[in-house]
Amino acid sequence: MMETFFICAGIALLLMMAPVFYRIIVGPTAIDRIVAVNVIGTKTAVLLIIIGVIFDNVAMFVDFALAYALLNFIGSLAAARYFNKTRPVYSADAAGEEKVS
Amino acid sequence: MVIDILSILLMASGLLFFLGAVVGIVRFPDFYTRMHAAGKGDTLSTMLITGAMALQVLNHFDWAHWTSLFVVVKIMAIGALIMLTSPTSTHALMQAGFDDGIEPVTRPGKRGIKNLDASVTQDDEAGASEGQDQPGIS
Repeated sequence: MMETFFICAGIALLLMMAPVFYRIIVGPTAIDRIVAVNVIGTKTAVLLIIIGVIFDNVAMFVDFALAYALLNFIGSLAAARYFNKTRPVYSADAAGEEKVS
Repeated sequence: MVIDILSILLMASGLLFFLGAVVGIVRFPDFYTRMHAAGKGDTLSTMLITGAMALQVLNHFDWAHWTSLFVVVKIMAIGALIMLTSPTSTHALMQAGFDDGIEPVTRPGKRGIKNLDASVTQDDEAGASEGQDQPGIS
């Protein structure tokens, strides 16, 4: 019974990640896309723990989740420093009129 | 049984908060408001779901496999790590977006970031700016 509930919770978490992909695709600025990727990365670390509980092998999957959470944090900080006044935030057509110092 | 019910409650509330964060990320009109929904809802739902998972691992605990206590500690450490790092990365991304000059949504006639900068430079050029309040910067 608990296993069925956790499978349903994992599927619900996976389905709720799908609208965030909409923000990754059509996000007007680059930092919108980074925020959405950050949310999906955090939820992937949570989903790995749920997979570990379902497979009754949490001792292995929790290390994956820990490494994934750390890499997600480092990646988002690096992207924030990279996009800070080095790249135009508005992509393609709006980049011409945006003044980037 | 009590721990199972508590775990189900934590998991359901975590999924509810993540649903709120997803609706906010998709529907909000502005970079800053989307950032608000993503930062808060994502962090709280992550902590709730990791709490549910830690309770579930603790429920199947027996002294023959006592090293699963370390697994509980690691799951709580993931929750604490995300509680520390998610607001930090949200703050860094928000600062990057603000420095790049992303305009917040304002009512028509209100002054955004660009107009605020313009008013500040005009005040500097005029020299004396007595009696003029500058909104946004205190």
